[in-house]
Amino acid sequence: MGALKVGADGDAEAPAGKHALSAHIQKCFPGGFELAAELEAAAGITILFGRSGSGKTTILSCVAGLLAPDAGRIAVGSRVLFDREQRLDVPVVRRNVGYVFQDLALFPHLTAEQNVAYGLGRLAARERRRQAQAMLEQFRIAHLAGRKPAELSGGERQRVALARSLVIEPQVLLLDEPLAALDLPTQSQLFADLRRWNREHQIPILYVTHSQREVFALGERVVVLDAGKVLAQGTPQQVLRAPLQETVAQLAGFENIFDARVIALHPAHGTMTCRLEGSSVELEVPLAKAVAGEAARIAVNAGDILLAVECPRGLSARNVLAGRLVGLEQEGITVHARIDCGVVFQVKLTPTARESLALAVGREVWLVIKTYSCHLLEPEPG
Amino acid sequence: MSWQALALSVKLAVIVSAVLFVVGMPIAYWIASSRWRWKFLVEAVVALPLVLPPTVLGFYLLVAMGPRSPLGRLWLRAFGHTLSFTFEGLVVASLLYSLPFAVQPFAAAFRSVDRQLVNASATLGVSRLRTFARVIVPLSYAGIITGLVLSFAHTLGEFGVVLMVGGNIPGVTRTVSIDIYDQVQSLNYAVANQTALVLLAISFITLSVVYAVNRKVWVL
Repeated sequence: MGALKVGADGDAEAPAGKHALSAHIQKCFPGGFELAAELEAAAGITILFGRSGSGKTTILSCVAGLLAPDAGRIAVGSRVLFDREQRLDVPVVRRNVGYVFQDLALFPHLTAEQNVAYGLGRLAARERRRQAQAMLEQFRIAHLAGRKPAELSGGERQRVALARSLVIEPQVLLLDEPLAALDLPTQSQLFADLRRWNREHQIPILYVTHSQREVFALGERVVVLDAGKVLAQGTPQQVLRAPLQETVAQLAGFENIFDARVIALHPAHGTMTCRLEGSSVELEVPLAKAVAGEAARIAVNAGDILLAVECPRGLSARNVLAGRLVGLEQEGITVHARIDCGVVFQVKLTPTARESLALAVGREVWLVIKTYSCHLLEPEPG
Repeated sequence: MSWQALALSVKLAVIVSAVLFVVGMPIAYWIASSRWRWKFLVEAVVALPLVLPPTVLGFYLLVAMGPRSPLGRLWLRAFGHTLSFTFEGLVVASLLYSLPFAVQPFAAAFRSVDRQLVNASATLGVSRLRTFARVIVPLSYAGIITGLVLSFAHTLGEFGVVLMVGGNIPGVTRTVSIDIYDQVQSLNYAVANQTALVLLAISFITLSVVYAVNRKVWVL
């Protein structure tokens, strides 16, 4: 499968705990979609990243027991939740897996406190109330205890849903894009509270998202999924900053992906020169196992390219390309510039940069690209 | 007008609604949640009284309650008399006749409860039975009230089945609609009119309650 495996390297918050989740899931759907994923999640937050329809939610459903895999094994530490070969399938109600659904699924007829206390039915009324209130306090919603979900804001509802699924002390927590609708400050505040809770409990948390922004903002580790397969897993920096595969590069938002040909190797400098197809543009990229004349694909993040209005000198960066500005569009607080250097590069700027450089379409500009911002992509598996 | 007949009808309707509340809920839950491929047959049987002429249903019930059927013999041996032409016989007949009026609104309400809430309840470790009691039933109250009110009103006004199974014994099986029929037969139009008006008013009020509950005019 060519998946990049990265161990729990120096992650202080996530010791390779004995309660890591390991899931090996195979499932075929009538429409022809096939899920075949193998993943490990130690204590701490692991992001499941992929576009919609890549199988992220299916994995969560299988772990929770709402869906039975055709084959595979799911275990938390030494506790096996599902094993096809042993014909073992622990029912949902006994899995002790917390699940925050995409639509939260709060009980509309119950108050915030009753929602949180819902899973504590086995306890005596007084103890149930005490635990629910302690949980509401931990998630800073004690003052909303008496309100029904319809009377809460989006962020408050998320907190109730999170508190409800954590109060039963689950062994694993599953989060299905519950924060997608929230703004980033609200999200990261909620995540800070979740991390604080998890410092004490040390359970694996699987967080599903299709937003690259959330991967960097929230994740300690990321598992990249596409079309039901795990493409890569590791830290966000390892996997998304330096994508080895084109699908990962596209998912991670690498705007510049070029076909190129290796024209010279410089082993002494640890670099090689590639010419982009259909142009005379040459880029110096990190050395890889290749021979001159071989085809290659290069990805460059639009945010990693510097733009200058005069030919820059005295730089460490090896690649300085002259070009002409052919497109300039603002989207939110990001300016997307398109520069024709023989091939068209996408560059991300801030509105301030655009103003201070007095950028306008037609203007002559220079692009500066560090060697290590050029990522060579592996050919797609299969 | 005959207060005795009205009281008998109300008693019958209350008992039938109460029994259907208990018996109809599991049937409706099964219909709403089962994925059995032959489920439609059960649904058709439950809905049968909606389209069957009451005399047909009444005829088969009369035969089934008679001493020549195994069921009738069993009852005869246990209680010393047959079910037909007794108040108990009327209750049994009305239960079958009003079953769809309870089960169908119940099932529709259960079906409309978000599946994800049931899933959420399961992941929180709560059993199916408790989930039914704590999530599905409270969120289906409008459908449950509708089912109860409809079976009450429908039992109150039934005629054909009662006539076939119960006959016309004052204080035992003479219900209010039979009473109206009797009065008309004896040309007592004024009395018939009074009783009919009472039935009309009750029917109107119960239906108003059903629609008001479903429009959430009152928050329960």
